[in-house]
Amino acid sequence: MFIDPHAHMISRTTDDYEAMAAAGVVALIEPAFWVGQPRTFVGTYVDYLSTIVGWERFRAGQFGIRHYCTVGLNSKEANNEELAEGVMEWLPRFALKEGVVAIGEIGYDEQTPLEDKYFRLQLELSKELNLPVMVHTPHRDKKRGTSRSMDVCEEMGVDPSMVIIDHNNEETVAETLQRGYWAGFSIYPSTKMGNARMVEILKQYGSERIIVDSACDWGISDPLGVAKTAELALKSGISEETVRRVCYQNALDAYGQSGQMKEEDWLTPPAIDQRTVYEGNSILRGGRDPLISVPGEERKANLIIE
Amino acid sequence: MTETPKTLLHRWVSAQSGDQADWLAEQLETLAAGGPERTLYIFLGFAPRKLGKADLFLTEADKAAAEAAHPGWRPEGWSVDGAARVLGLLTYKSDRAFVDVFKDLRRTSDLGEMIALYRGLPLYPDPESLFFEVGEGLRSNLKPVFEAIAHNNPFPRDRMDEHRWNHMILKALFVDSQLSPIVGLKDRANPELARILIDYANERWAAGRPVTEELWIPVRPFADHPEIAPLLATATAEGRLTKEVLS
Repeated sequence: MFIDPHAHMISRTTDDYEAMAAAGVVALIEPAFWVGQPRTFVGTYVDYLSTIVGWERFRAGQFGIRHYCTVGLNSKEANNEELAEGVMEWLPRFALKEGVVAIGEIGYDEQTPLEDKYFRLQLELSKELNLPVMVHTPHRDKKRGTSRSMDVCEEMGVDPSMVIIDHNNEETVAETLQRGYWAGFSIYPSTKMGNARMVEILKQYGSERIIVDSACDWGISDPLGVAKTAELALKSGISEETVRRVCYQNALDAYGQSGQMKEEDWLTPPAIDQRTVYEGNSILRGGRDPLISVPGEERKANLIIE
Repeated sequence: MTETPKTLLHRWVSAQSGDQADWLAEQLETLAAGGPERTLYIFLGFAPRKLGKADLFLTEADKAAAEAAHPGWRPEGWSVDGAARVLGLLTYKSDRAFVDVFKDLRRTSDLGEMIALYRGLPLYPDPESLFFEVGEGLRSNLKPVFEAIAHNNPFPRDRMDEHRWNHMILKALFVDSQLSPIVGLKDRANPELARILIDYANERWAAGRPVTEELWIPVRPFADHPEIAPLLATATAEGRLTKEVLS
């Protein structure tokens, strides 16, 4: 069983859901993010939030995957003040929805004053609602941006155990762990982490508070990032217990602090969910062995469309 | 004295509220007093957290009481949190029109909330004002939201015009939803619907796809109708349909 605690499924196809379910992903978290181009109306942002708390959750359930999300104003769009003000007004309405496990992904992109302002306002909201926080660390000036994100969390009085610092790399991990935060790693080709590098990090740092995710989105990325990293780690001699913690348990412990994500959700789902929103996972039903397949592979092999 | 839907919901939810009975009572009192809409949002958000998502436990007497309180209302299959949400909405005293409150709730709702909001339709004030909202729910691609309106809910039977009704039946077939839980399936049958359904069956047969037996329930009353009989005769002659299915 795996959890992918960072996956933008709104940008992915049904092939991806099928492949993830077949690979053993039982639950995933969809952080609110920048959809690839800026939104220019508050209403489109509101409808986006409504999509990730409703429609995408339903879509995932049809493939036997439990879907959770985080809500927040991302750092890029925080730079559009008019939009940002509008989104901040609506955000509390979404933060208490079922399956919302954190405020996120929030933080810095270009580290502007507006990004700083809305990062702090959202940290305040997370404290008020007692929700964990998912922090997106910047691609550029990363090391300093990551340190600064943690400084601000502490300044705002947010407990590091409630914060997942995501998109870590070799340069940021030591400080993130040392300061008591959860350290997320996004196995995302070219720009973030590769899984061979991830295995080296596991060898060096072990499993405590380390979380592996795919961050798959509209770019060239891999929804099987977690499953493939688990397989590579096992082949490289990392213990099963370490793999279980970084690819499943730690994410559950960190985001479970919201009270909105429990193992029972996929192991023994309530009757109402089984009638309406969750088809059940075939791996959990003992149907098949986990299988890592290339998305679309099965589709190409099957010529007939019924 | 006959109980109202609101008093029934109150009784059922209270019975399953466990150690949250005081919280529930306090919240309902606040909602009844009116005040900022935020109170309502917070109650709706906390309902599953406080009360859980177990199925509503209903006896035969409870089901009969529901029928007496509002003919056609079948709350079986509701959950405790869903029932609490409808109760909260019925209890909240607002300065705004009910439909305006409903619209804002609907467009920011999560899946469980949206299902609950639509299941409560027959119990709300000013039913005519809700037609647009009902249309949005029926157009949804979320099958459980569609079914919250279409199944075990008398609102469509009691309030929809023929066009909307017919399209709801057709969509139910199209999204592989059952017809039998639709309240008034036989009462609201009409020749236009029978014609559409036979067309639909022909399309399915042409594509080599199966046709559900339920499709014939609203067709049967018009089997001898001058516009319907010839269509059925053609399908029977071509061997696609048997007389037994229609009897």
